[in-house]
Amino acid sequence: MSDTHALQSYVLRLADNALILGQQVSAWCGHAPALEEDIAFANTALDLIGQATLWLTYASELDAQGRSADDLAFLRDERQFSNILLVEQPNGDFGKSLMRQFIFDAAHFPYLQGLSHSNDARISEIATKSVKEVAYHLERSSDLIIRLGGGTKDSHNYMQRALNDLWRFSSEIFMPDALELSMTEQGIAPDLANIETKFTRHIHMVFERAGLTLPESSYMHNGGKIGIHSENMGPLLAEMQYLQRSFPGVQW
Amino acid sequence: MSIDITMTKPNLSDIWSWLAAVADPEIPAVSIVDLGIVRGVRWLKNELIIDITPTYSGCPATGVIALDIEMAMVKKGISNININTVLSPPWTTDWISDIGRKKLKDYGIVPPAHAANSCAGMIGLTGSNAAKIDCPLCGSGNTERVSQFGSTPCKASYRCKNCLEPFDYFKAF
Repeated sequence: MSDTHALQSYVLRLADNALILGQQVSAWCGHAPALEEDIAFANTALDLIGQATLWLTYASELDAQGRSADDLAFLRDERQFSNILLVEQPNGDFGKSLMRQFIFDAAHFPYLQGLSHSNDARISEIATKSVKEVAYHLERSSDLIIRLGGGTKDSHNYMQRALNDLWRFSSEIFMPDALELSMTEQGIAPDLANIETKFTRHIHMVFERAGLTLPESSYMHNGGKIGIHSENMGPLLAEMQYLQRSFPGVQW
Repeated sequence: MSIDITMTKPNLSDIWSWLAAVADPEIPAVSIVDLGIVRGVRWLKNELIIDITPTYSGCPATGVIALDIEMAMVKKGISNININTVLSPPWTTDWISDIGRKKLKDYGIVPPAHAANSCAGMIGLTGSNAAKIDCPLCGSGNTERVSQFGSTPCKASYRCKNCLEPFDYFKAF
């Protein structure tokens, strides 16, 4: 793998997490249980799609085949996507989407803080821009987890069920493979162990205040980073890519 | 647009004043210069280069702003324009001018508290980090944050518990 190709593969991981989660969260627009939360989710989705655009634009400039940012979003197949499994999990109910958001935000925030010190100037620039937005995402999702976890018996049960279901996808982002180890060694990517420490501290504090408990099993799934996805990924891409697949090259 | 090839290049202070008349598409009460979106203007030979920066990375107004700038310049006879988007340093609400802050307030949007960047790294919980702001309508300090996200990415939704009116707060960023 050439240096440029390796760098592009790494940037695509950052892009795909933001793109796939942004696509999923967009589906709440017009459907969330309260107007304020509808707007909050739509704003979060907008930020994530914006960040995905910045990452994909960089990935496209590094692309040996000259593919555009749109080509990378709409014309790659499932196995070529390198997002973590967490972000592709189905929306489910509001509690599940919110728990997915919280777990992601709690990792995304320190991850971007780390990336803002990347010695790749472009990565540092995009991360410095994005982290300001993600601070607001994390504040909102942390706040709601505490309120709903400690709310009614029903809201508590919804949040606990969501946590039980999603926890097994929470560590993949911190499991480095050869590519990420090499990126960290070169000072391009942050040290994942350090980010995981910050993540763990934050989620423990929030779950404790929310009265939620971590599931007993600590088994963690992975595979998304190298293109081995879960069953929701296909339908998700089919919907996201439908227009470009059915009408190749169509433009606004 | 090659009507006037021999025209002299307008000076930069004129160009800044023309840009100061370009309204923000989502909050038309303020201009793009008031908001600090225009970062630089310069001539490179016969090409006018205008640096702009997005407020939020997904802000849908960014494309419209570039188009509005181009239209404003074309109306002044400048057709060789390059609108360059810069990300660094990232936009902050501290760049909103004093005039911009006053215009926002007059429009009914509470301008941001200073010391932006304070949000990053300081995650407040259950609203404890919400800025304490006064109602733009009745002036009461008895307000509450309804949501930190509002009708555009840059605003939060508040409610006054005194006069009961909802209002927007341009959040520190």
